[in-house]
Order: sequence, then C-alpha cells, then structure tokens
Amino acid sequence: MNNTMEVVESHHTDEGAKLGMWLFLFTELLLFGGMFILYSIYRAKHSQEFFLAASELNTFIGTFNTLVLLTSSLTVALSIEAYRRAHKKAAIWLLIATILMGLTFMVNKYIEWTAKIHHGIYPGSAELLSMSDGEMLFFNLYYVMTGLHGLHVVIGVGVLSFMLYFISKKPPEGEKFDKSAAIKLENSGLYWHLVDIIWIFLFPLFYLIS
Amino acid sequence: MSEHESEHLLGYGIFMVVWLALIVLTGLTVVVAGVDLKAMTVTTALLIASIKTILVLMYFMHLKYEPKFFRIMVIIVVIALVTFIFITFLDVFFR
Repeated sequence: MNNTMEVVESHHTDEGAKLGMWLFLFTELLLFGGMFILYSIYRAKHSQEFFLAASELNTFIGTFNTLVLLTSSLTVALSIEAYRRAHKKAAIWLLIATILMGLTFMVNKYIEWTAKIHHGIYPGSAELLSMSDGEMLFFNLYYVMTGLHGLHVVIGVGVLSFMLYFISKKPPEGEKFDKSAAIKLENSGLYWHLVDIIWIFLFPLFYLIS
Repeated sequence: MSEHESEHLLGYGIFMVVWLALIVLTGLTVVVAGVDLKAMTVTTALLIASIKTILVLMYFMHLKYEPKFFRIMVIIVVIALVTFIFITFLDVFFR
C-alpha cells in the first residue's frame, strides 16, 4: 500500500514538471509564431522577390542540416528510453551523439552564414541595401529567424550537456535509475524536439521556394 | 510497480520507424519543391511539415502516451496561432 502511494506521488510530480515544460514550450512557439506571421505576410506581398532571394540559399546544406536535426531528435528520444530501462551507458552515448549532432548543425550554420557574408549579404550591408525591398526582407528574416533558431540549438546543446552530468551520476540506493534525473532528461528532450519542429518549418520556407 | 513502469517504456523500434518516416518526408518535400505546382507549392510544403510535426509531437514528445489534457492544450495553442495568422492576413489584405 505504502509502495503504491509513493508511485502515485512520483507520477504526479512527473506530470507537473512536464506541464510546466509544455507551458514554456508554448511561449517559445508563440515567439517564433510572431516571426512566421511576419514572414508569411511579406512573402504574400513580395512573392517574386522571395523566390529570387531564396535561390541564393544553399539547399544542400539546408537539407543536410534537416537530416542532422531529425536524427538528433531520434537519439535524444532513444537516450530517454535507454535511461528509463537503466541502460545507463547507452543513454550516455546516445546523449553524446545528440550533442555532437547539435554542434554539427551549428558548424554548418557557420559555414553557410560565412559564405553569405562573403558575398556581402548581411543585415545593413551595401549589397543588401541595393536590393529590392522583398529581397532585403527575405534576407533580414532569414538572419533573424535562423539566428534565433541557432541560439536555441546552442542553448539546447548546453542543457543536454548538463543532463550528461545528471544521468552519469549514480542512481539512489535501491533504484534502477534516478527518477528526478529522468524527468530532467525528458524535459530537455522536449525542448530539443521543439527546436527540431521549428526547423521543420524553417527549412521548406527558406530553402525550398526557388 | 513494474506494470506502472511499463506504461512509460516504449519499444526502441517505434522511434526508428518514426525517424524513417521523417527522413522519407524530408526527401519528399525536397523533391516536390523541384516540381512546379504553382500555388500548391506552399500548401504542399506546409502540409508535409505539419505531418512531420505531428509525428514528432505524438511519438518523440510522447504526446500520444500522455494524459488527454496535454493534447487538448497543444491543440488550443495551435488554434490560437492559426487564428492570429488568419486575422493578421485579413487585416493586411482587406484594410
């Protein structure tokens, strides 16, 4: 009886923590949502210039980064499962793989942005100011939206690195895994998946409209 | 206790299947973008992105296995966002 009480209690805190995380994710969604509204209005008003500007983007890097991010979502989901099954080693390696893929994404972003900046395309550049309004809007939105998304990837990598520390600790006496660490890991996973979802929309809207 | 735990544990296989579906859908969206569908291009891209998002939400983010309350919350937020977009469009184009 005592035992079941404990389970019920831990289940409830589990849901509370997740609820809190989801509420935070909603604020994130609305933050990006505002930018998606801006994007869709300007695209509707300047569709021709948006097509023209989008052809400047590197579809190969964009596609590659999409695959990297989707796969990192898989590994973090698998890491959570592995940790809950007390396969600690697998959980740690899957989490390391996730972090490495997050870093790979950022390296590609760096290469991409550097190439753009080399061509003189960056906010406020002479090259950009000489373009039509639509193209200017496209590139400015590109920098703001992928930039903010990139910031989220960096934060995600940071959070997951902390999780590496939490899940590599010894579980409490008599437990197969540390329940509070599992909840932390799951919530970090939720954040990482949200970052993935944002990219799922950014990718076709910026890279695939030529 | 063990019965309760088993609720949380999903097979690794389901995640692999979802991942594979996401990769295939990414390939599809790239291929479709190369085909000129005129006005349908954006719609197709958004449709595929939405399917991918539902897969991530339901399986990777465990929504399918959470209490119903979580799914209702997500639906309300999505409806709110779509409403914002719709009203903004109305305002911009029919002012």
